[in-house]
Parts: sequence; C-alpha cells; structure tokens
Amino acid sequence: MKAIPFSYIARNLWVRRVTTLLTAGGMALVVFVFATVLMMGEGIRATLVATGQPDNVLLLRKGAGAEINSGIERAKAAMVESLDGIATDGEGRRLVSKEPVVLINLPKRSNGKPSNVTVRGTSALGLELRPQVRVIEGRMFRPGTSEIIAGRSVASGFRGAALGETLRFAQRDWVVVGVFDSDKTAFDSEIWGDAEQMMAAFRRPVYSTLVLRLNQREALAGLKAAIEADPRLQLDVKPETQFYAEQSEALATFIRILGLSLSVIFSIGAIVGAMITMFAAVAQRVGEIGTLRALGFRRGAVLVAFLAESLLLSLVGGVVGLAAASGMQAVDISTTNFQTFSEIAFQFRLTPAIAGQTLLFAMAMGFIGGFIPAWRAARLKIVDCLRAA
Amino acid sequence: MFLLRLLFKNAFRHRLRTVLTMVGLVVAICAFGLLRTIVDAWYAGVEGTSSTRLITRNSISLTFPLPLSYADRLRSVEGVTGVSWSNWFGGVYITERNFFPQFAVDAPSYLALYPEYVLKDDEKKAFLLDRQGVIVGRKLADTYGWKVGDQIALRGTIYPGTWVFNLRGIWDGVDARTDESQLLMHWQYLSETARKRLGRSMADYVGVYVVRIDQPDNAPVVSERIDTLFRNSLAETLTETEKAFQLSFVSMSETILVAISAVSLVIVVIIMAVMANTMSMTARERLSEYATLKALGFPPGFIVKLLFGESLVIALLGGGLGMALTLPIAAAFAKSVGTLFPVFLVSDLTMALQLAASVVVGLVAAAWPAWKMSRISIVNGLRHVA
Amino acid sequence: MTAAPPVIRIRGLSKSYQRGGQFIPVLEGVDLDVNEAEFIALMGPSGSGKSTLLNLIAGIDQPTGGTIEIGGVNIAQLREGELADWRAAHVGFIFQFYNLMPVLTAFENVELPLLLTSLGRAERRRHVEAALAMVRLTDRMDHYPNELSGGQQQRVAIARALVTDPTLIVADEPTGDLDRVTAAEVLDLLDELHRELGKTIVMVTHDPKAAARAGRLIHLEKGVLVPNAEVAADPH
Repeated sequence: MKAIPFSYIARNLWVRRVTTLLTAGGMALVVFVFATVLMMGEGIRATLVATGQPDNVLLLRKGAGAEINSGIERAKAAMVESLDGIATDGEGRRLVSKEPVVLINLPKRSNGKPSNVTVRGTSALGLELRPQVRVIEGRMFRPGTSEIIAGRSVASGFRGAALGETLRFAQRDWVVVGVFDSDKTAFDSEIWGDAEQMMAAFRRPVYSTLVLRLNQREALAGLKAAIEADPRLQLDVKPETQFYAEQSEALATFIRILGLSLSVIFSIGAIVGAMITMFAAVAQRVGEIGTLRALGFRRGAVLVAFLAESLLLSLVGGVVGLAAASGMQAVDISTTNFQTFSEIAFQFRLTPAIAGQTLLFAMAMGFIGGFIPAWRAARLKIVDCLRAA
Repeated sequence: MFLLRLLFKNAFRHRLRTVLTMVGLVVAICAFGLLRTIVDAWYAGVEGTSSTRLITRNSISLTFPLPLSYADRLRSVEGVTGVSWSNWFGGVYITERNFFPQFAVDAPSYLALYPEYVLKDDEKKAFLLDRQGVIVGRKLADTYGWKVGDQIALRGTIYPGTWVFNLRGIWDGVDARTDESQLLMHWQYLSETARKRLGRSMADYVGVYVVRIDQPDNAPVVSERIDTLFRNSLAETLTETEKAFQLSFVSMSETILVAISAVSLVIVVIIMAVMANTMSMTARERLSEYATLKALGFPPGFIVKLLFGESLVIALLGGGLGMALTLPIAAAFAKSVGTLFPVFLVSDLTMALQLAASVVVGLVAAAWPAWKMSRISIVNGLRHVA
Repeated sequence: MTAAPPVIRIRGLSKSYQRGGQFIPVLEGVDLDVNEAEFIALMGPSGSGKSTLLNLIAGIDQPTGGTIEIGGVNIAQLREGELADWRAAHVGFIFQFYNLMPVLTAFENVELPLLLTSLGRAERRRHVEAALAMVRLTDRMDHYPNELSGGQQQRVAIARALVTDPTLIVADEPTGDLDRVTAAEVLDLLDELHRELGKTIVMVTHDPKAAARAGRLIHLEKGVLVPNAEVAADPH
C-alpha cells in the first residue's frame, strides 16, 4: 500500500500552528508530570540502592525493620565479631563496625521547619566499610571527642551543620570538623560521630547496627547459619544492598503509584485535546481526503496518514515534556522516608529506560486520541468528500 | 434569557467537540478537587487538634523517650490541668501493608484529655479493667471487621515479640474531624511486659506527654515553664501545641505536598489549553456569522459576549459535572485507602475553588478568540467562506 | 466511424440512493459509447445526473446496475481496492476548485499520482517537469497553491491529471471558478491536450463556451440521456 507523503502530514501540523501548539502543549505537560514522577522514584531508588556495598552485611535486632528500632547489646556484638567469614583489613583488624543510630530534630535552612536527621555513631572502621565515602572538606572526627562530620546534604540543608558550625544535642556541643560526600547515596543525609561518645551522650548503651564485610561472598550462608543457631543472638542478617533496597521500597512505590495514577488521569485531558484537534483536522480537509482517494490512495493510506499526524503531534509534545523533565535533574530535593523516619536527599534521575517509557506514553496518547478521527476519515466515501469540499 | 438559550444552542452546534471538551473538563475539575482533598487529608491531623492540649517530647527528637518520673512534676506546673502520656507502639498487624497508629497510653488520664473519643460506658469500663485490653476507632474496626471481644495480635518492631490484645471497645469520633483509625492499649501493660521480656531499659519510659492547660492563650507561657523545668536534666524537653506537633509531621512530607499542589494546577492548565483550542476553532468557524452580526449593527461587544458566554456555558456545565462527581469518587477513594488517610473530606473551600477554576478556564479559553473576533472587519469576515 | 472499439462502453447503467426508506433513482438505464481521443461534454440541468455519470465513469462511485467497460475492463465489477489501483493508472482528474493540497508545492502536487506507481525519484522528477512544461508553469513549480492565481492552480491540476499518461481525463466544471479570460486559457490548454496528445476527455459543464470546445455534446435530464440532442459541435 502506497503511503501519503510524510511532508503532507508534517506540514499540516505546521500550517495550523496555534492548534498544534495548544494540543502538543497540553500533552507536554502530562508527559512532564509522568517523566518527573518516574525520575523521582528512580532517584530515590538509585540513592538508596547505591548505598549498599556488595560484600557488606548488615545486622539488626530480629524484627526491627529499621535501624532506629533496633538494639544490640555489647555482649552480643562481641559474639558476632568472633564469628567466621569476616574480612580483616591491612592491619589485621576485623572489619566490623558497631554503630548506634539515632534521629535528631534539626531546623532546615530553607524554612526553619524541623526535620529528623540520622546521626550515626561510627569509627575509622566504619569509614573503611564504606569506600564511597570521602571527606571533602575539613577532616575526619577524632575518636573520643565531641567532633562530628556532616554529610553533604545535611551540611547544606540544615542550620548549624556546615563546616565549623556547632550543633547542640544530648546536652553537648558537637563541632562539625568535616563534610563528607558519599557519591549520591543515603549517607549524604547523615551526621557521623564517634560511636562511644554518642552512646554515652544519649545514654543508650546498645548499638543499633552491626556492619561487617565478608571475606568472600559465599561466607554469607555460613554466617547466617551460625547466627541462627545461637538462640541468644536474635538478629536479622541482610546483605547491605538488599537492606537499602528494602528501605526505599515504600516511598518509591508510593511515589510511583501516585504519579502514575495522576498521569493516567491527566492523559485523559490530553487525549481529549488530541481527539478534538484531529476531528477538526479531518473535517477541514475532507476535500483533500476525497481528492487523494480519487487519485488512487487507499483507505488504509488515509488512516495511516491521520494517525501519523496525531502520533507526530504527540511526539512533539513528548519530546518537549521530556526535555523539561530532564531539566529537573539539576534540582536537589529531599523528603522524609517513611521507613527510616528521617530525611533523605536525592536527585531526579533520567535513565534511557524512563526516556523510552515517556515517549511511548506520549505516543500512546496520540494513538488513542487520533485513532477514531483517522478511522472516520478512512471510512468516508469519495463522492461525499468531494461534494462537501 | 434569549441570550442564554442562544449560547446553549450554539455550544451544542458541534456536539462532538463540545461533548469531548466537557469530558476533559469533568476529568480535570474532578482531579483538581481530589488532589486538593488529598493535601487536605494530610493536614487532617492538624485539624483535629485541640487548642488546650500541649505535647511534650524529648528535645533531641521524637525517637528519644522521657522518664516516667516527669509525670508528677508536670502536674505541679502552673497552668496545667491534666497530664497523660503515650508511647508509639509501631507494631505490625499481619503484614506491613496494614498500617495504622498504635499507642500505649495511661488510659484513665488519656481518655479524660481526649473527650472527642466517645465510648459506650460499659465498653469504657471493660477496657479500664482489662490490662490487656485495647480500644479502637470506628473506622479502623470497620476496615478489618473487628468486633468487641475479638483478639488482636500484633508483631512488635520497637518492642519485639508477639503481643496479643483483647478488643474491649470501639469509639466514635464526636465529629467528622476526629481520628477513628487508632488503636490504644494500656501503657502499664506495655511497660510491665517489656520489663519482663527485654529488661529495665525498655520499661518506665514514656514517648510523649500530653498536657492540658487551662486557657489556649497560655500555651506559649506554659510550654516555656515546662521546658525550663527540665532544662539541664537527663532528658531535656520540647513542648509545643498539639497543632504545632501535628504540623511538624506534615512538614516532613512537605516536598510531596508541594508537588501534589503544583500538579493540581497543572491539570487545570492542561484543560485550559484544550478549551482555548476548542474556542479558537469555534470562533474561526463562525467568522462570517460574526461579520454578518456586525454588519446588521450589533456592536463588537455583543460578539465578545457571545464567545465568552458560550465558553462559560461549556466550562460551567463540564465543571459542574466534575464537581458533582468529586464527592462519590472521594468516598470511594477513602474506602480503598482505609486507614492511610483517617479523614478524607471534600472541603467547602475545595468546591469553591473548583467552581472558580471552571470559571477561569471558561474566561481564559475565550479571551484571545473573543478579542480577535471583535476586531474583524465586516468585509473580510463576510468574504470568508466558512 | 472508427475501426477500434470504443474506449468507454456503458450499457444499462443505473444508480440510485437510499434516503430514509426510499430509493431515489439518479441514473436509469444509460447507454453510452465514447471513442478514443474523443472530447465529450455532459450537460443538463441541476439534478440531471450528469455529475453522477461522471463519477461513475471516473470510478469514484459504483453503480447500482449495468456495466461500464473502460479499455476493456468492466470497472463496475471491480472491488474497492482494485478500483483505486485502476484509477491511479487510468484516470486523470480536473476539479472545479482545483483540489490541490495546500501544503504541497506545485511540483509535489503534480508528483502525487506518481507516488502510486513504482517509479523512482529521478524518473518521477522527469515526468513532473515534463507535465509542468506542457502547461507552461515550469517557473512556478516550487510555489504553493496560495501563491498562484486561480488559472495557474487549474493548470497545475491539469499537469497532475496528465502526469501518469492516463487513458481518460475526467473534468468536473473545469472553468466554473474562473473569469472569462482565464477560462479561455484553460480551455485552450484542454484543446491542446486533446489534439496533440490524443487524450480522451469527458467533461461536465454549464459553461456554453466550454461545451463549444467539445466534439460531442451529451444531454441528460432526470437521469436519462436525451436522445437526438447529441450535437457534433464545430471542431475548432
């Protein structure tokens, strides 16, 4: 079947510029919402998933679910430290970090409103276990002091957390001696200090988490079995990557469902717009349709031509919306993660998959909106078209 | 009246286009209303607060507890007329998806501070007598089909282990803004059991204190008194009105709320573009008619009125239908999310805004075509073959 | 009388429409022969069925009864798709209002019928340029219809009608929208095509000046041919 030339299709959109702009504009807005939401979910997921190191394992009290709900006594921690399968560093120290994790309430710089920030008591071992973390300003805190280092997002987002500033909590003044960057992972939203000092200040003689590195990946099974075999150690053992993936699930899922429902509802408006535009296009060009059919172009060619026009229209809207959404990548946002009850900072993340899904969504709108008018155009009788022209 | 009939008839001359435009309007106005209602629902906790209640929490963060011994000292603060306390239990009912708030409270004093939870006398008595008893709000009971006498098992996360309770009563809220999605257990039972299972470290600690004051105006003063009392002690406090406390939760999700509010405007803009398109087409088609009217002596203002009028007729019809649909859809939505949004009501302000949005859409859509049409020269208009 | 069979042979042609529950006949039992290279004009009052007859001959409508043999093929029996292909190969159209695509240039408009063939780009270009040369519009080939006068647009339409070298040219009121001078120019062109290229032309017209150019006039009234009204006009 010979097709009606593409230049006919494309130029008709240009000739009716106002209509094209309004219709494509409406679609661009819907596409923007759709893409932005997907990018938000992906950003949260990427931030949290990247937080986990492949050979690290996290231990929490059984059933705790989140670090702040968990409590592991010193004795139990000591028992874990002595198990098989744990890697050692160059100096022969076992790579186990025993960390108390609490939330403190700090006012944001932007509006003064308070939000919960994660404070993690750790040590040089803790730093070793997270190779993605680098101190970019100042220096690491000295053990046994009230010095703290702040993650990049906390330092810039919360009052009193920048280099040289002081935070007051648990009846002590804590000086920020350094700012660290964790390569766009969850640690950017945390404050780190000396574990023993934290436990003393908060009067919590228990750890929240044990983080350790396996000497080889296969050691995980053995470690899990050893812990389960001991009834005194009521602990959950999770690879770090799995733990952090689970932490993002609720929030990412919520955003995705909310956003997709909204996009679908909005798309009805855009589809209606496309339908109106295409019906008008057909009505206006009835004479041309009759002429093309008289010349010998088939009904199918007419259907394809008008459908292509609608798809092209939606593609324009889709590209514009996607471009605008892509601009959101420059924006830093943060929100409270329901599961951890603390702030997490993240970015909008555009992936090729999201770009593809977005354009498909746009074209789907164009297809649905344009199909009935194109179908009607193809069903017209030649003589009726020519008479109406 | 003639004008109105003329507008109505004109609007439906091109039935398909008008119907499609109205479908778009219905969806847009309805979605706008629902989104606003979602944002309102987030603030519902704030609406249900009392101006004579203060919340005292650990100044470090909500996740740090306060000693039980503070209760007596709070009672003796000037301006305080009642003290109770509450711990967030945070248990899981069957799966994590079944989320609802659970608090361990000092029942006799707590129920006195929350008169809006209306309990039948016999149920209240049964609850107070049973240490292992719990009461739940009507909405929560309906969600899971619980009846008085049922046993409810929760899996603890903060307080590990399995906890079994007896449902002794179901409260009804005194008005629509009262939270009926909570479960309240005895703090005493929690403390004793935690001590047995987990040791002293988990017992004798309170999550927050709820304090009733004599007059709302005294809130700042009494808050200051309380916080001063505990400054430099083991656990420093931060006391604020119940409203401020609830607002702090809302502000945690601020980013999402701002996004939803922004998006609710986007939908209105989308439909505005669609309607503007429709009205432009309409105006173009009627060009020779408008020229004829002008030639006959009708002033340009009349043409403008025709276009605006027609646009408003369509916008108000579609918008009105959208408004009407918002209520049943909101009800269905509330049912499906269960206890996630304890209060889900379409406010009067929302409906007023929906109406305003319809009017604005109708006016903006017709603005440019009306302006263009009022300026057409009669000659050019008549020459145009529609 | 010519030895070759008529290029158009119509027997017992009828067409009626259904409106409500009624059948409204538009053409009844029309018999007509048209020889190759004849230039005939169909005339008659409004509602006589002349346009319907033209549409049937052109293959853009299908009869309710009878046969239409064009070049030996009974087009009344062709299915819709086959009819479309037949038209593309055998018919050139000239309409009263030119019916050009406003978004295509003169060149592209003339090229349209060639897109239905299997000719390559270069070949198509040659045919288009030849057709435009024939209607003397080579210098305007990149203009859009709204940049051309009525007469020029009709010339483009004629070029389009010629470009596939069709068996038959069908013209529906070709001078209906033109002033006297331009109409004459267009009619001159049609004459030229008829004489120099030997094209068979079937034309519907109200215009006596246009009718005068035809070799044979055929009158219709109320769906039937008016016999004895066939007049052989003076060949100009």
